[in-house]
Amino acid sequence: MKAIRKFISGDDAVAEAVRLASPDFIAAYPITPQTVVVERLSEMVEDGSLVSEFMHVESEHSALSACMGASAMGVRTFTATSSQGLLYMAECLPYASGGRFPIVMMNGNRSVALPWSIYGDHRDSLSQLDSGWIQIYVEDAQESLDMTIQAFAIAENAEVLTPVMINLDGFLLTHTYELVEIPEKDIVGSWLAPVDNPYAMNFDNPRNMGFSSQPSDNTEFKYQQHKAVEDSRKIILETEKSFEQIFGRSYGGLAAGFMCDDAEFIIITLGSVTGTCRTVVRELRKEGIKAGLIKIRFMRPFPTDEIIGLTTNAKAIAVLDRDISFGYEGTVFTNVNSALARTHNDILKMNYIAGLGGRDIPKESIREIFKELEEGLTTRPDKAVKFLNLNVETDEKYSDSEDNSTQHHREGVLLWS
Amino acid sequence: MNRPPVRKYIKPKHISDYPVGPSFSAGYLTSDNSGWRTLRPVIDNDSCTGCLKCYLCCPEGVIYPKEGKIDIDYDFCKGCGICSKICRNKVIKMEKEKK
Repeated sequence: MKAIRKFISGDDAVAEAVRLASPDFIAAYPITPQTVVVERLSEMVEDGSLVSEFMHVESEHSALSACMGASAMGVRTFTATSSQGLLYMAECLPYASGGRFPIVMMNGNRSVALPWSIYGDHRDSLSQLDSGWIQIYVEDAQESLDMTIQAFAIAENAEVLTPVMINLDGFLLTHTYELVEIPEKDIVGSWLAPVDNPYAMNFDNPRNMGFSSQPSDNTEFKYQQHKAVEDSRKIILETEKSFEQIFGRSYGGLAAGFMCDDAEFIIITLGSVTGTCRTVVRELRKEGIKAGLIKIRFMRPFPTDEIIGLTTNAKAIAVLDRDISFGYEGTVFTNVNSALARTHNDILKMNYIAGLGGRDIPKESIREIFKELEEGLTTRPDKAVKFLNLNVETDEKYSDSEDNSTQHHREGVLLWS
Repeated sequence: MNRPPVRKYIKPKHISDYPVGPSFSAGYLTSDNSGWRTLRPVIDNDSCTGCLKCYLCCPEGVIYPKEGKIDIDYDFCKGCGICSKICRNKVIKMEKEKK
């Protein structure tokens, strides 16, 4: 059987990737918008196209706990969740990373309650940024398939041994149908080495699992974990390179730049909105505006050097966050700002909170962001968090033409706060 | 009683000598939680009748007969004093820990 092309959804693409990677153990609890992944995998196990132990569990907390047990024995494991499910298993996330269990998990990015919402944004996974997992964000169904396969290679690498979370925007990716190339199972099988975890539990050398640590040792364990995720950058790039050699596709490492070489105005994105932004950047280039785009593909480890390198000629950047850390700013913005603070203190940095709870981010709004970046070079607002397309009147003033804006602007409170 | 002895834990010198993930061979005590003991039970074995009531009542299971005597594992004894209270012959005395 050769590689075939199928018209499938992002969820289907993840399930196909899992079939190709053939984990020995799967435990997952269905939740919108991830449900299709669990349905497909259970069907594959039922019809024999995937030989795997599929464990039915009563919750996400149990799903990840079961994966930890299986992973401790040195087998390949997979789970999938979304939103409230991710938060329900939150206790187990640092447990899995601290235990160095190389579990792969798909997360369908969805808003978190309250208000209850099944639609997409990044507030679920970004709330777990400090859980010790490697976090991947993808843009389309093909990248979902390719990165799910690569996620196993990254997580299980003996130098990494860290769980990987692969994030797909709820509905925009999980439920959108696209043409996806599905590689041959044999070729994936020979590319993806079998799990060889040197620290797996075995009967010949029995060990005590999950012991406690005293203040005298805890810091050393955390340092060791930090070092493993830091050093995973090299493994991530090597994995992408060898994947490209066999399958012919690559996505640009931890952060991919688009027309950034001479770009003066750059928008920085995470996930599916990247496609819309790329279209706008192309249009603006035709109009003579030096626009560029950075697609962050890994939030952990964070692409610090990549972002610094890609913004060398930038005068202003905008971070599009499908997230808000209440009382501060978008979490992606915080991370980008921290990276740029090392070298690029002079460039204008704006943060647009957009696409919360499934709201569309139209092309026109992205064009507007670029326009505001250009204007911002003269107005220089000192605080830069703005909710994009807020469909209601507020007492905050967002433009110079509005009443009292001059004073508000000078104080830097109301115009961009 | 067949208690495996506590193995001596030596803190690794280099980070690469640390276990990867918290799993390790059993039998190590990385920190003495008996360190919170302020009083230690001391048995006068010459007067002890060997009734084993202390063995039955010790909530930590650290009192047991050994070579015809009653022995206490001070690595794990937390100094609660129950053994001393229930000893009908009053041969277990609580002595102040010397630091």
